[in-house]
Amino acid sequence: MSDTAHKTDGFQPRIVAFFCNWCTYTAADLAGTARMTYAPNVRVVRVMCSGRLDPQFIMEAFRNGADGVLIGGCHPGDCHYQAGNYKALRRYILLKRVMKEMGIEEGRFRLEWIAASEGDKVQRVINEMTETIRKLGPLHLEPVNIPATAHVQVGTDKAAVAARGGVS
Amino acid sequence: MSVPENRTNGTPKIGVYICHCGINIANKVNIKETVDFAAKLPYVTVAKEYKFMCSDPGQELIQQDIRAGLIDRVVVASCSPLMHEATFRNATGEGGANPFMFQMANIREHVSWVTFDKDAATVKAKALIAAAVHRVSLHRPLEQTRVPVHPDVLVVGGGIAGIHASLTLANAGKKVYLVEREPTIGGHMAKFDKTFPTLDCSACILTPKMSAVRAHPNITLWTYSEVVGVEGFVGNFKVKVRRKPRYVDEDLCVGCLECIEACIFKKGKFPDEFNQGLSQRKPIYIPFPQATPLVAVIDPETCAHFKTGKCKKPCADACQPGAVKFDQTEEIKEVAVGSVILATGFKAFDAARVGRYGYGKYPNIYTSLEIERLVNAAGPTGGELKMADGRKPKSVGIVHCVGSRDNNTNAYCSRVCCMYSLKLAHLIKERTEAEVYNFYIDMRTPGKGYEEFYERLLKENVHFIRGRVAEINDWAMIDEEKGHLIIRVEDTLIGRVRRVPVDMVVLSVGLEAQPDADAVRRLFNISCSHEGWFLERHPKLAPVSTFTEGIFLAGACQGPKDIPDCVAQAGAAAAEALALIDKGSVELEPNTAFVNEEVCAGCHTCLNVCPYGAISYIKEINKARVNGALCKGCGTCVAACPSGALQQNLFTDEQIMNEIKGVMNHV
Repeated sequence: MSDTAHKTDGFQPRIVAFFCNWCTYTAADLAGTARMTYAPNVRVVRVMCSGRLDPQFIMEAFRNGADGVLIGGCHPGDCHYQAGNYKALRRYILLKRVMKEMGIEEGRFRLEWIAASEGDKVQRVINEMTETIRKLGPLHLEPVNIPATAHVQVGTDKAAVAARGGVS
Repeated sequence: MSVPENRTNGTPKIGVYICHCGINIANKVNIKETVDFAAKLPYVTVAKEYKFMCSDPGQELIQQDIRAGLIDRVVVASCSPLMHEATFRNATGEGGANPFMFQMANIREHVSWVTFDKDAATVKAKALIAAAVHRVSLHRPLEQTRVPVHPDVLVVGGGIAGIHASLTLANAGKKVYLVEREPTIGGHMAKFDKTFPTLDCSACILTPKMSAVRAHPNITLWTYSEVVGVEGFVGNFKVKVRRKPRYVDEDLCVGCLECIEACIFKKGKFPDEFNQGLSQRKPIYIPFPQATPLVAVIDPETCAHFKTGKCKKPCADACQPGAVKFDQTEEIKEVAVGSVILATGFKAFDAARVGRYGYGKYPNIYTSLEIERLVNAAGPTGGELKMADGRKPKSVGIVHCVGSRDNNTNAYCSRVCCMYSLKLAHLIKERTEAEVYNFYIDMRTPGKGYEEFYERLLKENVHFIRGRVAEINDWAMIDEEKGHLIIRVEDTLIGRVRRVPVDMVVLSVGLEAQPDADAVRRLFNISCSHEGWFLERHPKLAPVSTFTEGIFLAGACQGPKDIPDCVAQAGAAAAEALALIDKGSVELEPNTAFVNEEVCAGCHTCLNVCPYGAISYIKEINKARVNGALCKGCGTCVAACPSGALQQNLFTDEQIMNEIKGVMNHV
């Protein structure tokens, strides 16, 4: 058990995790069955496949005040649906660039391949990420000007960007 | 507090039921506080707690509230949906609502069991309940589609587990395809001399079952074959099997051995796999006398014809039925099956990986599997246990836990080694009257008659030395040690380091997952534990099922186990397959994608991302359309659709968006 799992004072980041049903969600269940204590900061949203993740979901999580977003999918080659995790990876790489533009630090957005048997990895990743974000502090988003030429659907909603700034 | 939008169902009435799970949840999560919190969430009309929601009275709570018209959708905050989603959907349906007007909040595996601080656990539980409430408010009634289950079964692996599963199914009147990659079925059990603790002859109890497989009208036996492709889903798999050419026609060969006699190699020259390389075979061979099918096979790697093209092929001339066919090519068979049983077994640990035990360096150090062949009457020495120089060993050391219970190799216990070491100790003593020393860490003999067998060995004057062996070498320090192998060990019972000189050493190697287990698991879309064993759906309650419906596990591919356990598990896997077949149909999770044609712009993006070709483009109307029978419900197309025209049942954009809002906004 790490200190992260026990820490109850100070800033408690809120992290939204999107876990695929077949690998990472199952791994999180396994961590539970094995009573692997970890930081209480992550809330898991289950999807059938990491390929289901619309970039809007990640944006929505940040917009609603998440200090971090974690995506968990099957290891390359292991996807229950053949290649959904590769699609997730591509979107993740693209989104990371958008995040950077928006001033969201790298440590707040993470993709991890976690197999159904890797309960210990769920524990480790969540503890690490919580610790990283604790150091970064609450997410404060400044309204940013997105160039008109940027073909990114998400983030162009000015009201939404403003709303992000007010959340801690 | 934001109120979830609801455009489809009028005003929802949500019942939230929070489970104590005895003390599993209640010990960490403040249930009362959580119930009060849930009661105040939007659209919640009922918030209750109960000790065990999954019990009949727990489910009855839900059903009563639906029947009384208090609620029309349900949230249960308890364990993982992978555990009890089906239970509560069913309860919701029994109460009179659509079973899919239900959402689960996992506050056990994801909260109470993993959180140290009680307040933090309560906060997290509340967030997950709020998420479920938000989500379920947008749930829509769904219908499950039923698809028929193909009654045929594929069994992969022809060891004792695969054999037993095949026979059980075939005896129940089901058609079975048994695929084995070696030229014969029988697996490891065919190599053993005796079985513990009864000491019955392994071949005597196995070979009748092998013959039964061969003779059974319901079993199609494909040896020397491998599964190369699997498509489809529960009840409807399409499997491709590659039948490697054995260059001998199975239908014509009568197993007379004339071809082997006639081979230009007058003696065996190549390591005989069946005898662990302790004897030599010819390029054309039958693995052992009871091989099933009793059909010769030509190894193209060693056959002179294939190597040089200059052989006169006397084997073909000697074969009266004309079964030897050098022009045979590989064949791909395609079969439809409804379920699959994987019984691909294990691989014995490679003793050379523990260098300090001297395997491969000193001639009289053998692995347990080699000793099985050496003490076997049908083995390379006719059952005589001799040393390299032909003498009978006067003393034999049996080293336990080689490749087991060792952080440098495998941390797990291989379960069978203590018992087979005892068996080998008995057999060696019987055949050679040698002094036998067992070097063990702990004796693990749980099983019917196992401890009694250990007691018997103690009375047979076999020596037991408690301690992990440090090293085996031939560095004699005193005259008595000269010409012997010296086993260095700390005897932890007397607290001294000892040097035990012996003539022969048996390394009791552990069990490992097959080296290609990872490729096999990918083929069948199942999971592995990190050691490479196939992962069962639930270690206790679904030990032969996998996370992929319709695929079952039997035998040591799921973890080390002995013959009785393999057979029991094979029977269980067969029973699961039978239950599926006799049910006749399966209900599919209604999480397929669908197209809102009003929004679809016909851009083709979804067509390219679907791994199943389930989406087609309808030219006349310039729209995409999803074939629900092919869609597996991954939702990749939904995420890719730029216009939001594609949606996934049970996982619509707005349902997930609402879940995100719920998980963030209420605590």
